Amino acid sequence: METILLFAPLVGALICGFGHKYIGEKAAMVTATGLLFLAALLSWIVFLSFDGVSRSIEILTWVQSGSLDTSWGIRLDRLTALMLIVVTSVSALVHLYSFGYMDHDPQWKDGESYKPRFFAYLSFFTFAMLMLVTSDNLLQMFFGWEGVGVASYLLIGFYYRKPTANAAAMKAFIVNRVGDFGFALGIFGLFLMTDSINFTEIFADIPTKVAGQSISFLWAEWDAANLLAVLLFIGAMGKSAQLILHTWLPDAMEGPTPVSALIHAATMVTAGVFLVCRMSPLMEFAPQATMFITVLGATTAFFAATVGLVQTDIKRVIAYSTCSQLGYMFVAAGVGMYSAAMFHLFTHAFFKAMLFLGAGSVIHAMHHEQDMMNYGGLRKKIPYTYWAMMIGTLAITGVGIPLTHIGFAGFLSKDAIIESAYAGGSQYGFWMLVIAAFMTSFYSWRLMFLTFFGKPRGDKHTHDHAHESPMTMLIPLGVLALGAVFSGMIWYNSFFGHTDKVAKFYGIPYAEAAADAHGEAAEGHGDDGHGDSDDQAAEAAHHYVFAGQPGEGALYFAPDNHVLDDAHAAPWEVKVAPFVAMSFGLILAVWFYIVNPSLPGRLASNFQPLYLFLKNKWYFDELYDAIFVKPALALGRFFWKRGDGNVIDGFLNGIAMGIVPFFTKLAGRAQSGFIFTYAFWMVLGIAALITWMSIGGGAH
Amino acid sequence: MDNLLSIVTFIPAGAAAVMALLMRGEDEAAQRNAKWLALMATSLTFLVSLGIYFQFDPNNTGFQFVEERDWIFGLQYKMGVDGISVLFVMLTTFVMPLTILASWNVSTRVKEYMIAFLLLETLMLGVFMALDLVLFYVFFEAGLIPMFLIIGIWGGKDRIYASFKFFLYTFLGSVLMLVAMVAMYVDAQTTDIVQLLTHSFSAASFDVLGIHVVGGMQTLMFLAFFASFAVKMPMWPVHTWLPDAHVQAPTAGSVVLAAILLKMGGYGFLRFSLPMFPVGADVMTDLILWMSAIAVVYTSLVAMVQEDMKKLIAYSSVAHMGFVTMGIFAANQQGVDGAIFQMLSHGFISAALFLCVGVIYDRMHTRDINAYGGLVIRMPAYALVFMFFTMGNVGLPGTSGFVGEFLTLMGAFQKNTWVAAVAASGVIFSAGYALWLYRRVVFGDLIKGSLKTIQDMDARERFIFAPLVVMTILLGVYPSLVTDIISPSTEALIANFNQSLAAADTSAAVQTASH
Repeated sequence: METILLFAPLVGALICGFGHKYIGEKAAMVTATGLLFLAALLSWIVFLSFDGVSRSIEILTWVQSGSLDTSWGIRLDRLTALMLIVVTSVSALVHLYSFGYMDHDPQWKDGESYKPRFFAYLSFFTFAMLMLVTSDNLLQMFFGWEGVGVASYLLIGFYYRKPTANAAAMKAFIVNRVGDFGFALGIFGLFLMTDSINFTEIFADIPTKVAGQSISFLWAEWDAANLLAVLLFIGAMGKSAQLILHTWLPDAMEGPTPVSALIHAATMVTAGVFLVCRMSPLMEFAPQATMFITVLGATTAFFAATVGLVQTDIKRVIAYSTCSQLGYMFVAAGVGMYSAAMFHLFTHAFFKAMLFLGAGSVIHAMHHEQDMMNYGGLRKKIPYTYWAMMIGTLAITGVGIPLTHIGFAGFLSKDAIIESAYAGGSQYGFWMLVIAAFMTSFYSWRLMFLTFFGKPRGDKHTHDHAHESPMTMLIPLGVLALGAVFSGMIWYNSFFGHTDKVAKFYGIPYAEAAADAHGEAAEGHGDDGHGDSDDQAAEAAHHYVFAGQPGEGALYFAPDNHVLDDAHAAPWEVKVAPFVAMSFGLILAVWFYIVNPSLPGRLASNFQPLYLFLKNKWYFDELYDAIFVKPALALGRFFWKRGDGNVIDGFLNGIAMGIVPFFTKLAGRAQSGFIFTYAFWMVLGIAALITWMSIGGGAH
Repeated sequence: MDNLLSIVTFIPAGAAAVMALLMRGEDEAAQRNAKWLALMATSLTFLVSLGIYFQFDPNNTGFQFVEERDWIFGLQYKMGVDGISVLFVMLTTFVMPLTILASWNVSTRVKEYMIAFLLLETLMLGVFMALDLVLFYVFFEAGLIPMFLIIGIWGGKDRIYASFKFFLYTFLGSVLMLVAMVAMYVDAQTTDIVQLLTHSFSAASFDVLGIHVVGGMQTLMFLAFFASFAVKMPMWPVHTWLPDAHVQAPTAGSVVLAAILLKMGGYGFLRFSLPMFPVGADVMTDLILWMSAIAVVYTSLVAMVQEDMKKLIAYSSVAHMGFVTMGIFAANQQGVDGAIFQMLSHGFISAALFLCVGVIYDRMHTRDINAYGGLVIRMPAYALVFMFFTMGNVGLPGTSGFVGEFLTLMGAFQKNTWVAAVAASGVIFSAGYALWLYRRVVFGDLIKGSLKTIQDMDARERFIFAPLVVMTILLGVYPSLVTDIISPSTEALIANFNQSLAAADTSAAVQTASH
């Protein structure tokens, strides 16, 4: 079943991409979509029936050389199962949505067939993503890793007539390659230390062969676990658009909006988080590396949120929001609360995909206008889209009832992360995330108010013809809305409940903590996570501890990792902080965009340097162009003209000075008719030379 | 069949002889006959060579299908293949029919053209099969001549300069090799490669002209061979002949050059340098690893600023060959396996890329990147094929290009992390130049008037690419097809290499102790 699930999208991609000439466009697209829904169905069956025991399915051998032994295979554990449903569900819905969105795309001329190609890319992407998440070794993961990169490249550059789209596609691929460079070195290092790149063996060997060992890399000796964790994380930074390697993600919005929803919000960009969680047995032994992850994640969350405040392109706002939310996930993973990271990954997939698809619906209604400054008052025109976006906004800003477990999906998962950051001892992470939560709320509501409230701005004709989207687009929104509302509440216990619940969910062995006097009192609270008072919850949690070895279960928590318990025991101020921040953001947005709409403009002109700094994304693109792109090209030109031309050829031609002119003169005289005869004599000459020399040598 | 190798080797030469002696005239019928005969001869060669492939026993690390007979002047004719060479033989027979097909539009001196290619095939096959030094040398050097002619007669407007540059570079390199071969004969009293492989040449250091030569004779011999193979590869900094040769060569010439001729250098390293002069190789390892890493970065950067499509791909070839030398001199299982894999893979991918250039060159008669743009709109099939091989070129996992790069880097990492890290940065640059090329040629809007009527690939062109696509995917997804065959031989090679080094160490230790 897992194998069918895995290959269904590939089959769909091939049929759709190559077969549409024979079976017709419509049939091809329906086939691809149908196969994706099949995959989604099977994924849910796998997820719901999964018993927590990890197992492997080998399909075919892959790269084998000496002690390196890798296969195409499936590792089925809770992480995989979880990613399966995220990937296939969102992908299936995006396929369905694309029927409506990609119909009559004005970018194409009449008679140009673009839809099957689009669906084929989408399905191919899904296949690559599934290969990534189901992999049982690092190499297959790398296959998926680069495979999704290519799909992303093709889809960002889908409108290949547009120079900006082409540039964005290249940028995405190349920046990701920078990350892959680190990832690859990490794989080499792990192979050097453990003589394997299969998860089962690596995990088993990490405590003895990696932890506490040193590895010589470049100019120094390093602590192996920390170095390898950082190298792998560099890969994650590229794919998940974390600071330094984030510049490609906003540009990736050049792709059609369904692509942004699927790839650049819900699935591909979360691969980095998945990688860090997957490698939790390594991360647990790499304290400095995880601290780096925490700090970088928190900084990204903050940075991206600041930029999101001033963007006017609706998709770019959501793109920066994605970047920022990914930072949250990394903070959780960095402090050792992988489960919370996966929780946010899971809920974020629903509400962020929905925000993007909702934005797509707005764009569709507004005839591909993306600037929010030309929106306004669309609430009445496109009510379903409005409500969907509203739910998405409530989810991402984290609306819920403080100190309970009732709220939209983002409320539960984001608060879980902020509590974990606090409990994990990262003051910096905690404060950055709280401030980012404030900004998230502000820019999300700003988006809502600019789009749906106030007076219509921009082209009147466009506004007059704004229309609600077709059912193929609204149904996916509806389904995702369910996820955005309920996924947090339903799975809270599994991701962030008491230790035993979480352990059971991930198949991690757990044991009763022996020296806990409050054991009995906690007994009754184990089953329901709702409404426990903090003290009791904390006691209950202390009842059990994770007792797995690396590789047992889908995640590994070291014996000294008490973040889960500590997070539950966090003071109420900490737990309320994100809610307060969110409320401030909402109030400020109301004030700026409903009560006093002229204020933002005045602020922007009063604080122009700051405004431009944010508007230009902290000038990262300009900086990179100046320190990487231009010098690389200049260096290339220098090597070519000076290195190859003057030095090497100059030197060698200098040596051959006596010979070359002679030959060229000769050759200049020899017309092409003579050169054949001439060469024939040369053949004879060489043959004679060789014979003479060999015999001369033989005479000794 | 006892002489399968000879049959395979000389079918093309036989066809060439028939053509030279029996075919007359320059009219269209004669041209057509020459093309068909060449195509049939090369196809037949491929079919017969399948016999070698299927009868080859991978678990036998020795030479197989060995033929031995007396030759002129008391020299011997000895042929055979082992796990290292057999796939190069297959690569050659596989690529040649495609190059003939790719030459279908040649209209000047067709007969001579086909003869040159057929002779070239025989000589290349001979290089990979020869088990005698002299025989190897004859094949190795003689192979230059048809290539020289192909560039010099059917090449572009600067063909004379390019062909002489090509010839001088490679020929001067091999003069040194010849000297070393003579010295080898003097020392071992045989030119039989099988015996030479078990002969240990003196590795005692000595002083010559006031220079202390570590590794003694072995180092000198190694360097002499290195001069020849490094030019052939080509390694930085003796690579500058390659871009010129590629640019001027006709499409099919570039294909053969990239797919097969370049592999002779790598093959030579594996057949001679590593096993026969292990101490010399060990002395030079660091230098060569660094040259390889520099090659990758340097030529990738140069490739980025090229305006000529062929030049760009030529520089990219040099970069890919950098991975090969790096893998070989990492001298461990992953490195050597990866190097061979990379050479085979490059044989398919670079061949296909040069063919891709050929497709549009045939139509527009320019290789200037700026003359193109928006081809995807009129040539979707071409865009697809070109994209596929561009991805192969950047080493996308799932294509054969990835396996070689990955294994060589993994091998190098175990030897020298600096080299591995520098070379690994090449994967970033390769994405840069390859996608930049693709974007300028294929993507964008089609606005240039000259391109408005350009036609997509015809059936013949599609037919040429199909086998290359299949091989690129097949080896990328199931590399065991290659590694199962080469591994036993490479394992033996590395084991011997390490043993020889250990032995040399002990004898050196004994020497110093006795002093």
